[in-house]
Amino acid sequence: MALKGNLRDFNTTQLFNLINLARKTGLLTIETRDARARLCFKEGKLIYAGLDGQDDRLVTILLKAGKITEEQARTIRARSDIKNDKELGLLLINAGYVSQEDIVQSVREHTLETVYQLFNWTEGTFRFEPNVLPIEGRITVPIDLENVIMEGSRRLKESARLEEELPNLDMALKFTDRPDARMRTINLTVEEWRVVSFINPRNTIRQIAQYNNMSDFQIRRIVYGLLQAGLVELVPPEGVEKKPPPGAPPGAPPKPRRPAVKRSIIQRLIDRIREL
Amino acid sequence: MQTLKMVITGPFAAGKTQFIQTISEIDVVETEARITRDEERIKDRTTVAMDFGRITIDENLVLYLFGTPGQRRFDFMWEILSEGMLGFIVVVDSTRPETFREAREILDTFYNYSPTPYVVAANKQDMEDAWEPEDLRIALRIPRDVKVIPCVATDKESVKRVLLELLYSILETMDEEEAEAVR
Repeated sequence: MALKGNLRDFNTTQLFNLINLARKTGLLTIETRDARARLCFKEGKLIYAGLDGQDDRLVTILLKAGKITEEQARTIRARSDIKNDKELGLLLINAGYVSQEDIVQSVREHTLETVYQLFNWTEGTFRFEPNVLPIEGRITVPIDLENVIMEGSRRLKESARLEEELPNLDMALKFTDRPDARMRTINLTVEEWRVVSFINPRNTIRQIAQYNNMSDFQIRRIVYGLLQAGLVELVPPEGVEKKPPPGAPPGAPPKPRRPAVKRSIIQRLIDRIREL
Repeated sequence: MQTLKMVITGPFAAGKTQFIQTISEIDVVETEARITRDEERIKDRTTVAMDFGRITIDENLVLYLFGTPGQRRFDFMWEILSEGMLGFIVVVDSTRPETFREAREILDTFYNYSPTPYVVAANKQDMEDAWEPEDLRIALRIPRDVKVIPCVATDKESVKRVLLELLYSILETMDEEEAEAVR
C-alpha cells in the first residue's frame, strides 16, 4: 500500500520518523508546486536523495566536493563507455584519483545537503512506495535518520506547529526501549545534551526547561526532535495522577482503570459478540 | 436489567455511525443534521448529538454503543458520553492523514475524561490509499500496549473483531489490577 498525504498534515520530520521506526524500504516522492524530490530508504536508512533538475551524478558530486578538478570532470564526462556511477567510482579509485572514503563522504554530504532543503517545504504532497528503489548503478551511502531528524527539528521556526505537536509540557520523558536507539551515535548540541541529562520520568518537560533556563519554544523544539528521532517517549510524570477539569487541555494520562463490572459479565459480552 | 456502554469516537467522517449500524440489532437511532460548513462537505449529513445502537447479550444484560459527534463544535457531549463507559473505540479513517492529529486529540481528551481501556480501529482498510495499522500507530503515537486493529466498518466480522479486542483489553486490565493487588 502506498502512503500518501499532504505536508501540511504530516511534515517531513514526521515522515522520516515513520520510515525510521517502521524500518521501511522504498521510494518517497515529495512534490511542491515547482519542485520534486525523490528519496530512497533501505530498512529505515536514507540511501539516496535527489531533486528534479539537479545534476546528482557522481562526477558532479566529486567536483562540487573538490575531490576532482574541472579538467578531470570534463574528461570523465566526455567518455561514453562509463555506464554508471558505480563503474565510474571503481575507475577513479583504481586510477588513484580519489579514495573510497572520498566518494562515501562526498555522496553522504550531497545527500544530506539535498535532504535538509526539504525541511523548508511546508506545502506539497508526498507518496511513499514500498519496495521501489530506482537507484540502479548509483552509489548509495546508508545514513541513520535520527541525526537527520534532529537537524530538521533544529530548523523548525513555527511555534504554533510545535505547540500542536507537543501541547502538554507537564508530561515527563523516558528513553525508548529500542536497542538501536543509541544516543552515542547522535550528534547533539550542548543545549540538547543539557536536556538529555535531565530526562527522567520524575522530571516534567516544564521542569527541564526551568532547570536549563529555556523558553517553551526552545524546549519544545528539542523535545520534538528527540521524540521524532525515536530516542525518547512521553510518559506521565511519576507520582502524579489527576483528572483535569472538563474542557481543559489533556494532561498527563493516568493508568487505565478497570470498569466497575465483574469479569464474568465481560466474558458474557465476549461470548455473545462471537455468536453474532 | 443491567445495561453497559461502549463509546465509539473519532474524527469527522471516520465511519463511527457505519460502525454502529453494522453491528447493532436495532436500526441505529441517528441524530444527524445537514452539514452547513463548506470544509465539512465530505458527506451530506453528520452526527450532532450521538448515534445509538444496541446488542442484547441475554435477558438480563444489554450493551449500548454510543457514537460521538465527529465535529468538534459538539464536543460538549463527550464528557457526558464518557461517563460510566466500559471502554472506547477510536475510529480513524486510514485514508485521511489530515485527520490523524485530530484523532490523537480526541483520544487524549476521552482518555482524560475516563481512563478506561481503548482500542484504535484503523477504518477503511479496503481502500487503496489506506495507511497500514502499524503506520497509523506511529503517526498517532499510540503506545505499544494499545491495539490498533485493521477495520472495514461495513463488514460485520471486522466490527466484531474490534469489539472483541476491546473486551480482551478490558480483561487484560482486570488481570493487571488483580496482579498488582496481590503484590
